[in-house]
Amino acid sequence: MKPFNFTKANNQAEAVKSIKPDGKFIAGGTNLIDLMKEGILQPSQLVDISRLPLSTIQTNKSGGVTIGALAKNSDTANHPLIRQNYPLLAQSILAGASAQIRNMATLGGNMNQQTRCAYFYDVAMPCNKREANSGCGAMEGLNKNHAILGWSESCVATNPSDMSVALAALDATVNILGTNGKIRTISFTDYHRLPENDATKDNNLKSGELIVSVDLPKIGVPTNSHYLKVRERTSYAFALVSVAVVWYAKGGRINSPRIVLGGVAHKPWRCVEAENFLGGRIANEENFKQAAEIALKDAKPLQDNAYKVTLAKRAIVRAFMNANGK
Amino acid sequence: MDKQNFPTNQVPDESRRDFLKKVSAVGVATTALTFFDGSEVFAEVPEYVNNVPAAAMSVKLNINGTLKELPIDSRTTLLDALRERLDLTGTKKGCDHGQCGACTVIVDGRRVLSCLTLAAMCDDKKITTIEGIATGETLHPIQQAFLDYDALQCGYCTPGQICSAVALMQEAKNGEASFVTENLNVKAANLKLSDDEIRERMSGNICRCGAYSNIVAAIREVQNK
Repeated sequence: MKPFNFTKANNQAEAVKSIKPDGKFIAGGTNLIDLMKEGILQPSQLVDISRLPLSTIQTNKSGGVTIGALAKNSDTANHPLIRQNYPLLAQSILAGASAQIRNMATLGGNMNQQTRCAYFYDVAMPCNKREANSGCGAMEGLNKNHAILGWSESCVATNPSDMSVALAALDATVNILGTNGKIRTISFTDYHRLPENDATKDNNLKSGELIVSVDLPKIGVPTNSHYLKVRERTSYAFALVSVAVVWYAKGGRINSPRIVLGGVAHKPWRCVEAENFLGGRIANEENFKQAAEIALKDAKPLQDNAYKVTLAKRAIVRAFMNANGK
Repeated sequence: MDKQNFPTNQVPDESRRDFLKKVSAVGVATTALTFFDGSEVFAEVPEYVNNVPAAAMSVKLNINGTLKELPIDSRTTLLDALRERLDLTGTKKGCDHGQCGACTVIVDGRRVLSCLTLAAMCDDKKITTIEGIATGETLHPIQQAFLDYDALQCGYCTPGQICSAVALMQEAKNGEASFVTENLNVKAANLKLSDDEIRERMSGNICRCGAYSNIVAAIREVQNK
């Protein structure tokens, strides 16, 4: 590991003031320390933000819930407000990692976790995400775990977070503290980005900015939701494909459906066209199947991952069937 | 399963670590295979862990009830601090990348991975390692159950398994959910865990010998008492 300067931030303002362009905030450290051990990330400075008072989970003015950026994943998944009102979020968090890692990992850190693409992790391989313009090893390499949607010639990696898939489906918004001391708010679906021609950036966080919290809007009732994760072993594995679905029942019909896929793209992949198709229709298998076809119609699989197209369609249908009436 | 008496006070002439290092060295000499050169078997200890510069930072670690102040290089993980600097070698280094759970310790009541924790971030936190699980000579019920149910073979993952299981007991007491918990809407304390629940909750601790069925049996015995 490369040497770094280590300091502790006493408050948020000090944190954003003290961070250098090649510095990193550290909280849980579960992804950052691993990447630093491998030499993939080599920050010259770590600013410890783990003791800042940003871990509360509470009802907000709009009747929703605000989760502090430093709330541990295990605390979020087990908070009564989350388990009762947003079981989708609890499910998605509990589907990820292990109990030990969830006890360490924070909301903000989970949002910023980096891809598990093997070419990103292997410093002997070219990777446009690790080193701009070095090439992509996965494009013509072993790519069964890679993207089928939204990828570019620059990068075919996927975002590994389960939690982010659920937050995108719940219409969450992200509150970000800038180096100017002001808070800006963006929608969760605009937080992560597609690789386009710069794979080095996973998200739209600017240099020195700090996530302070995520807002969940007031949940409508009755709500139906489900997080389905398909993986190669039943526990402690990243998703091949995952899907978060949520909708509200209104007069026997589907109201405001949300479909977000994980494991298929550089960001949580919201299926807006399929959502528009389902809105106002009756909740039955035939409609779910048609929505799934629409959701995957633009999929462009690589040489090893065409299976993900079929898998994603079936996962969408099953998630809706599981959510129906729950 | 019959209870077995394991010798607990037989200390070999040389430490287990030294012995294993020698076995590893023999492996190199006799097989000359690069894949068994020791570094593959034992995750490396970075040079900066023991070679601390004079201007190093200082950290106060509260380990098993004892406060230890230690000058460290800021890169030092809690795992390396425990094993290399404080001679608390019960905590094991397996993968050193957060994938195996061998390094599990309990910090402020929660199980965490010491290999992905910077010692510098543990100032004044209460750390419990496998050396602090028993009360004096009395084993923790989980430790006793691991003996009774023969819940190990080589034993390398066992300290991590035990720390993890001890924390799991508290999580179940608190009513915390897992991915296989049926009804998330209801939070009830003092959960009784099915085997599926135990397996899911212990999935962060890998046992290469495959002693899982006996590990589950040991935890079931204590958890459902």
